[in-house]
Amino acid sequence: MAVRRSIVGIDSPVALREALVAAQYLADDTLATAAYLGLALGKPLLLEGAPGVGKTEAAKALGAVLGREVIRLQCFEGIESSAAMYEWNYPRQMLAIRQAGNEYVNIYGDEFLLTRPMLAALRAPSSTVLLIDEIDRSDHEFEAFLLEFLSDFTISIPETGTVRAAEQPVVVLTSNRTRDLHEALRRRCVYHWIDYPDPALEARIVMMRASSVAEATANAVVAAVGRLRAEPLAKPPGVAETVEWAEAATLLNAQGAQWPAAFRRAIGVALKDHDDLQFIDPRLDQIIPGEAAA
Amino acid sequence: MTTPRPLEPFLQFATILRRHGFAVAPDQTSDFIAAVGLLGPGDMTDIYRAGLATFAIPHERRDEYDALFRAVFLGQAVAAPVASDDDDEVMAYDPTGVEQDVTAGDDESEVGGEAAVAERLSHRAFAEPDADLTLQRFRKAAPAALPRRRSQRRRTSRKGDTIDMGRTLRRALKSDGEVFDLAMRKRKTRQRRIVLLIDVSGSMEARSEPSIRLAHALAQSADSFEAFTLGTRLTRITRALRTRNERQALADVGGLVADFDGGTRLGDALQAFLSVPRFSGFARGAAVVVLSDGLERGSPGALVDAVTRLSRQAWRIDWLSPIATGDDFAPRTEALRAVRPYLASLSDGSSLQAICDHILNLRSAA
Repeated sequence: MAVRRSIVGIDSPVALREALVAAQYLADDTLATAAYLGLALGKPLLLEGAPGVGKTEAAKALGAVLGREVIRLQCFEGIESSAAMYEWNYPRQMLAIRQAGNEYVNIYGDEFLLTRPMLAALRAPSSTVLLIDEIDRSDHEFEAFLLEFLSDFTISIPETGTVRAAEQPVVVLTSNRTRDLHEALRRRCVYHWIDYPDPALEARIVMMRASSVAEATANAVVAAVGRLRAEPLAKPPGVAETVEWAEAATLLNAQGAQWPAAFRRAIGVALKDHDDLQFIDPRLDQIIPGEAAA
Repeated sequence: MTTPRPLEPFLQFATILRRHGFAVAPDQTSDFIAAVGLLGPGDMTDIYRAGLATFAIPHERRDEYDALFRAVFLGQAVAAPVASDDDDEVMAYDPTGVEQDVTAGDDESEVGGEAAVAERLSHRAFAEPDADLTLQRFRKAAPAALPRRRSQRRRTSRKGDTIDMGRTLRRALKSDGEVFDLAMRKRKTRQRRIVLLIDVSGSMEARSEPSIRLAHALAQSADSFEAFTLGTRLTRITRALRTRNERQALADVGGLVADFDGGTRLGDALQAFLSVPRFSGFARGAAVVVLSDGLERGSPGALVDAVTRLSRQAWRIDWLSPIATGDDFAPRTEALRAVRPYLASLSDGSSLQAICDHILNLRSAA
């Protein structure tokens, strides 16, 4: 097992957390620890959590900290190796055969290979972060297919041979947990469950993300979102929704809307489900931050 | 080989986690020890976090992990309710921890006079099986008969709709790059998810055992399936049903479901189902089958609201009621009358045979 104690000067969870803050991402200690261990042990980092808690953002921030390009592979049902690893450029191969006539032509050269995210990350492991986003959307076949990649970091192309990573690539997987992932996949990863941040942290996130928002507004919005999350909603608002709500209300306020009304009018960016809105409507006044008259 | 003394508590911790039903692989243990070394460890929280990350502890079992951690490293007594030395009990425990309390209203005398008022939390012993043959036939027929939907995956087929370029090229190579026939691909189909919602309240007492047996048969034969019991609580029993042995699975379910033969708060239980995003996601595009008499003790409003929302997510909802015998059955309870427009069918659920037939015909009835 190749243990790297330090990567680009990051030698402890605390150092990583501070670097993430510099990259505009506020992580708690547990996430910083898990991410650091992932880097140090050379294992993929598996982030699970409700939609909108900042899983993808964490991966992007990690890329920024390491000074690497983030290559994103968005999963979907039925995703196949041709979309995830590589594909041959068949029309070009066909043309090459036709043009060659009686000459010999190698149609399995590099110029005929279309690299997809996983192969691209494998070929440049020291300058990329591979983000395998929403793995729970893919099906079991793809999950099983990922196992080999995640433990050995190799891709075998039958026509040319096996591509091996020169060093352990940094891989981040995210899951919204719409289904349980296979135990074998979890086992290969360092795991972290991202929860909704506590109110103080969330208020800091709001102000960091949306510079126009005043502190009192941020605190009020975070309190209101906390009350919303306590309700049995089909789609509780995530961190992204909190930021947008604060931003939208601030904008409406700047255009002349009074405070509680500005929040009420902007509720559409926080709750995006008609049933939820109807359910919450009678009690909206108790939830809406009235005190944010700053 | 003997292990170095300082490592012992860490190895012991891994063993204890394993004994409590966590899946811990040997390389996870070595990762854990490496991680502790990397972190210093400065204090106990370092060890705690290293374990959390490297053992991939599922979020719902965090409390259990906390208790075991305290027991091993801080020497405290294990106070967690699930921490037991009996392996069987851990097996019966649903690690997704979904037993959700549905808050009960205290309106005592409204609709559904027959529904039991008392919330009796009783464990139920399952009687000996007697409908073996029906279930056997059902299991045999189910894989081919369950409803299907189009998948995003494609496979080679003569009557396909898109060209399989790789295969076409390989065929053309045999004829010096001349394309004589195109290889085609078409979309595969997969089984549509079936979500079975079983009413286990007092008024359905006689039906709950065959219903759970049916759920077990479905869990064993369907590719994609979820089962929940509805009573005064909502309990996900899918995981317990995956056990192949029927007797064992039924015993596990019996241990899991705390509200057999209690009162009915269908509406509240369904609301709880919809308000857990993970659960309501199961219903999206699924064939939802409700086994219930619809005798609602709570307010009909909650039930109607829940079924309305469910109908927008599900492919279809079929309500099988044991009192709905005969073709001219008209629902008499207020709640069932109100939800009727949202149901694909409201039909006979009085016998196991009838329920099996209905589920096997879901595809053609669509």
